Amino acid sequence: MSEASPKTHAIKLADLGRTQAEETDEVAIRVENLDLYYGDAQALKNVSMNLPKNRVTAFIGPSGCGKSTLLRCFNRMNDLVEICRVDGKILMEGKNIYDRDVNVALLRRRVGMVFQKPNPFPKSIYENVAYGLRIMGVNNKSTLDEAVEKALRGAALWNEVKDRLDENGLSLSGGQQQRLVIARAIALEPDVLLLDEPASALDPISTAKIEELVNEMKDQYTIIIVTHNMQQAARVSDYTAFMYMGELIEIGRTNDVFLTPTVKQTEDYITGRFG
Amino acid sequence: MRNWYKSGEPWVWTTAGAVALSLIMVYAVVWMTAARGLTHFWPKPVAEVTYQERDGSASRLIGEIREREEVSLVRLREQGYTIDSKNLFADRYLIKLGNKDLTGVDFKWFPAPMLGEFTYPKDLLAIERREWGNFYGHLKAVKEAGVVVAEGPAAWEEAQKRLERSNVLFREALRIEKSDIGKINYALEKVRLRERGLEIDNTLTEAAKAELAREREAGEAKYLALQQKMDQIRVDIERDSVTVETNDGQLVDIPLAKVADMYMPNAMSVWQKIGFYVHKFYEFVSDDPREANTEGGIFPAIFGTVMMVLLMSVMVTPLGIMAAIYMREYAKPGPVIRAIRISVNNLAGVPSIVYGVFGLGFFVYVLGGSIDELFFAAALPAPTFGSPGILWASLTLAILTLPVVIVATEEGLSRVPRTIREGSLALGATKAETLWRTVLPIASPAMMTGLILAIARAAGEVAPLMLVGVVKLAPSLPLDGNFPFLHLERKFMHLGFHIYDVGFQSPNVEAARALVYATSLLLVIIIVVLNLFAIRLRNRLREKMRGLEGV
Repeated sequence: MSEASPKTHAIKLADLGRTQAEETDEVAIRVENLDLYYGDAQALKNVSMNLPKNRVTAFIGPSGCGKSTLLRCFNRMNDLVEICRVDGKILMEGKNIYDRDVNVALLRRRVGMVFQKPNPFPKSIYENVAYGLRIMGVNNKSTLDEAVEKALRGAALWNEVKDRLDENGLSLSGGQQQRLVIARAIALEPDVLLLDEPASALDPISTAKIEELVNEMKDQYTIIIVTHNMQQAARVSDYTAFMYMGELIEIGRTNDVFLTPTVKQTEDYITGRFG
Repeated sequence: MRNWYKSGEPWVWTTAGAVALSLIMVYAVVWMTAARGLTHFWPKPVAEVTYQERDGSASRLIGEIREREEVSLVRLREQGYTIDSKNLFADRYLIKLGNKDLTGVDFKWFPAPMLGEFTYPKDLLAIERREWGNFYGHLKAVKEAGVVVAEGPAAWEEAQKRLERSNVLFREALRIEKSDIGKINYALEKVRLRERGLEIDNTLTEAAKAELAREREAGEAKYLALQQKMDQIRVDIERDSVTVETNDGQLVDIPLAKVADMYMPNAMSVWQKIGFYVHKFYEFVSDDPREANTEGGIFPAIFGTVMMVLLMSVMVTPLGIMAAIYMREYAKPGPVIRAIRISVNNLAGVPSIVYGVFGLGFFVYVLGGSIDELFFAAALPAPTFGSPGILWASLTLAILTLPVVIVATEEGLSRVPRTIREGSLALGATKAETLWRTVLPIASPAMMTGLILAIARAAGEVAPLMLVGVVKLAPSLPLDGNFPFLHLERKFMHLGFHIYDVGFQSPNVEAARALVYATSLLLVIIIVVLNLFAIRLRNRLREKMRGLEGV
């Protein structure tokens, strides 16, 4: 992972000296001085970070620290909250996604999201996966068939459901539902996948499958995962960001953050002294 | 005791008791209407009995025994009966005597002590006439053009054969009158309206006049041809008659043209009675009413009820759903929306007659009046839409049931999980796409619930309808073969109003009582059928949502 990206326009993680040094991965998302307010309450305070491309970055931190809020900034889900206000920039390929001329629907197609609880639509498995494509106006049967199969294979669900694509998505087990939701997201071939505690409602076996899946997917997608589970963060992520009270405390290679945290708070949290 | 109380046992019993009571009441309603209404069609035996009048003279009675009750002898003696008995009470019978044209009474009470023994001679004939109600007597002869063709035992078979012939002719005449002549009248009225329209526009040229006259002549020629045919049928149908001996020995000739049905109930086997029952019941649901609604069928009322409910559903569903979507999905929550919601909820509590008054004042007079002026000026001063009709009745009921649909839909929308909406939005769907593709399908069972409640309320409503379109007897259905087929301006009949009319406005209350129950039963059945249909639809929708939390 140490070789430099050949692309000349790539921003190096090392550019942002305060939180990350000596990293050479290509940057997918660059957050600059992000402040977020719910009414008068500030939920994110001056967050700046670089998120590496085709890597898994985990956000950890105690409840209410703002990690989910930050995650929901990347596809502008926070727009749905009326009293929410955002200052600062989030750059993807050099473009601030909070610019006025950004088409939010298009942004969300490029930045897929998987939620805490599996939320398949009350439609057939097939229609669940085809949902995003149909929204885009794809109605060609063979194109859809192909995309659905590809997405379900990508989410390691194809073998389990290939004979019952017409069944209701809600008839699947919790773990299968979550992988269906992942398939639904990757059917749109996004650049970034946001996972908001994707395994917190699942049993250990399903959790393991999801983690395995995250590992397989990271070659194709930039994955950002919010988790409460420290072991999970250690297992699946390449990078880890620790947040506390709306601030980014530390971000770095997962190994470094877990073994040699530079900030006392991180160490306290990781070792279980609070949180 | 204390422990028993603490165990919650009394509470279980109380609640179970409430359920039992509700069930009993529901069954009682259905059972009573069914028992009283459905027995009406069973052929009742016709009894013959001697009767001692108050002045001591004896006479003979023929009729159906309808009811028996106990009365005090004191009262009977006060009424002038001389009854020699030590008992305090005696029975009295309500007998349907029929022959209303001869005696002037249809039903009458007779004290049992004054009556001899009931006998049921097999040859007693009950005749259902198209006018004047039933006729009872002994069949004596069948006549053709005044000449006896069959007598004695052979008369019955001959009479049946000839009745069949006259009924065929009668139906033919009815068809010509209603359909063929109706069509010509409709066309002639159209011609008149066109002429009047041209006159109003000052464009009635000579050419147009000639064209209109030609059309009118063609219509009138057709009418004359039909008229001749009708006259022929009328002559044909008058040919046969039956001679019947009444209770007092009088011989009466009854033309078969006036007879709807005749039967010998005392001679019928059980199977014949069942066949008769089915036939009568079918007639009840498929025929037009006769004799101020106390005889015949109620088909126009069934048709009107169902059609009005369907029209109402078509109007209220989209309106209510759209209103609910705006209030729940688009409008900014705040005092204004809260106020609207409160008003909508309170609208559901406004007495229905108030809606009737509003419908008459606004829809019929203002809206209908304006429509007439704008589009049907030729027909004025006769109103087209400016008088009560099925459109206004449906519209009135639509606003009456609007709150139900809005509340139910809002409820459904609010129960769509946020995670589902976010899931759709996160896939790049806009708010409108999310609404169409995900939220509305999930909320559809709730919308169906709203519609079910609306139907249940609308189908049973009578009071407002009396102001905005229901009539005692509508000459034609709102749907027929004349272009444009659906005549929304027409008045219609309704089962609920029919019950009220037959039960309380009828000149012959005794005869109508069973019909009130039968009609009530049918109204209940229709509401249940409409509801079951909607519930089935809802369950099918719900099946798809199974597993979704909170729906």
